[in-house]
Amino acid sequence: MKLLLVGGPPSTGKTTVVQRIIEKRKEKYKIAYLKMDVVTAHEEALICDTYGIEAKTVYAGDLCPDHAEVMILTDALKWAEGICADLLIVESAGLCLRCSPYLNQGVGVVVLSMLAGLHSVDKMKQLICFADVAVLTMNDLVCQAEREVYIRKLKTGFEHLKVLETNALQGIAVEYLCSMVDESKELDINTLELKGNPPLGTCSICMGSKKVGWKNHYGVVRQIDSNVSDYMYRGD
Amino acid sequence: MKSHITIYAGVDKNGNKENYTKIILKLGEVVSIVGHTGSGKTLLISDIEQLSQKDSVSQRLITIDDKLPDFEERFDPEKKRIAMITQNTKCVSDLVVEEFLKIHALSRNIFEKELVEKVISLANKFTGESITGEAKVTELSGGQTRSLLFADAILIGASPIILVDEIENAGINKSEILKYVKNENKLVIFASHDPAIVLATEKRIIMKNGAIEKIIEHTDADRAVLESVLEADRVIKYVQEMLRDGLELGGGM
Ligand SMILES: Nc1ncnc2c1ncn2[C@@H]1O[C@H](COP(=O)(O)OP(=O)(O)OP(=O)(O)O)[C@@H](O)[C@H]1O
Ligand SMILES: Nc1nc2c(ncn2[C@@H]2O[C@H](COP(=O)(O)OP(=O)(O)O)[C@@H](O)[C@H]2O)c(=O)[nH]1
Ligand SMILES: [Mg+2]
Ligand SMILES: [Mg+2]
Ligand SMILES: [Zn+2]
Repeated sequence: MKLLLVGGPPSTGKTTVVQRIIEKRKEKYKIAYLKMDVVTAHEEALICDTYGIEAKTVYAGDLCPDHAEVMILTDALKWAEGICADLLIVESAGLCLRCSPYLNQGVGVVVLSMLAGLHSVDKMKQLICFADVAVLTMNDLVCQAEREVYIRKLKTGFEHLKVLETNALQGIAVEYLCSMVDESKELDINTLELKGNPPLGTCSICMGSKKVGWKNHYGVVRQIDSNVSDYMYRGD
Repeated sequence: MKSHITIYAGVDKNGNKENYTKIILKLGEVVSIVGHTGSGKTLLISDIEQLSQKDSVSQRLITIDDKLPDFEERFDPEKKRIAMITQNTKCVSDLVVEEFLKIHALSRNIFEKELVEKVISLANKFTGESITGEAKVTELSGGQTRSLLFADAILIGASPIILVDEIENAGINKSEILKYVKNENKLVIFASHDPAIVLATEKRIIMKNGAIEKIIEHTDADRAVLESVLEADRVIKYVQEMLRDGLELGGGM
């Protein structure tokens, strides 16, 4: 199974980009879609109804969605394998901008809206720096000059980062992203690890453990099917 | 991009093949796209902007200097050299005009001191309400914004191709723009309903039902008609100014 991890601030176009990817690749892969959000999310129904693919939502409650994702990812991979998916797309509504959901495998995408203006790049360093590719949306609404500066900033600040801009409503450039997914390796769950060090917090991820899956953690952790009420403390 | 782009025929709105094999557009040319509302002007402009590879609804294919563009040339903003100015594009960063232009020039490694002044003064040739260096870009009017962006695209922007979708509604001084544009070694394409722009360009592409219907080269007859159109334009502008200044039109007019 392949993994595509889509992160980025709210309303930057993550779901829109995901929709374009599904449209382009639903014949090639059996796709499963997982949404990580805080309290409400409309994506599961949208993706499920529009494309008829398996979709699931996990609410992070008062955890940061990126944190919650680390906890539930191995369960999520099992879920996706269980329904015989060969591409899992995870959309995480990263909110705290301190942590970064990206892994040492699969394709990590950060979706940024150029409507956020030139200073936004500096504020999101943490999130951007471990992504493999940045997709810049709203290029239909922002003037050429600012786009050129925005992109220059990203390219000088993050040398390894691939950058592409798109009007996600049309999404022609999304083909590029799809080909990165095509070329990406099959996942090996046993060696799956976070790329970056998580920030301070209330659990073993906060203390620097990079292991994926709630079994490897204690503190405020979360399982894929748990209710908000039983997330409080667990650990071996 | 060294010399030209080529458009290979796609299909019209009914899926019928367009009536040409290929169209070549060269650097240094100023071209217009005309046609009724909904005839496909904006789609053609966006095909060129995206360097479509039969992957848009029109299924047109576009090459640069007779070569198929690779992924990077299409989607890596640093390799793709096509600027587009439309009614929808805005400046969103909270910067004053001077800073805005300076940052753009710096990002392109241009350190010429007088450049910012030059862009502002060119922009002011295009627009009636003049722009100052201290104005915030987010507070400029639609017409001012497009004038500034167009001047910026010509003098600071890296793109040899500039696409302009319906600039005329912005109250821009067209004859000035065309005079200036013609001196640049850029391919400039206007999608337009404005007879003054259409008649002043060297070539016009006529759109119908989503297809390129034909291409008409500029003739001497066009030039004569353009003179009267510009004259009529001056009258309109004159009256417009009077109305804007709050003058009451006494008696005869
Ligand atoms: N060859 C084509 N095949 C299919 N659909 C097309 C084709 N050309 C245009 N369309 C569609 O027709 C609609 C109108 O086209 P477009 O916006 O390009 O018109 P326009 O000439 O720019 O109109 P206006 O003067 O109002 O700006 C769009 O939704 C566009 O995608
Ligand atoms: N004009 C324009 N709108 C976009 C673009 N990308 C997304 N949108 C719109 O922005 C809104 C938020 O997008 P969504 O994908 O839900 O953002 P998410 O919260 O990151 O998943 C939606 O209304 C989209 O239709 C784009 O490139 N251009
Ligand atoms: Mg979303
Ligand atoms: Mg149009
Ligand atoms: Zn976090």
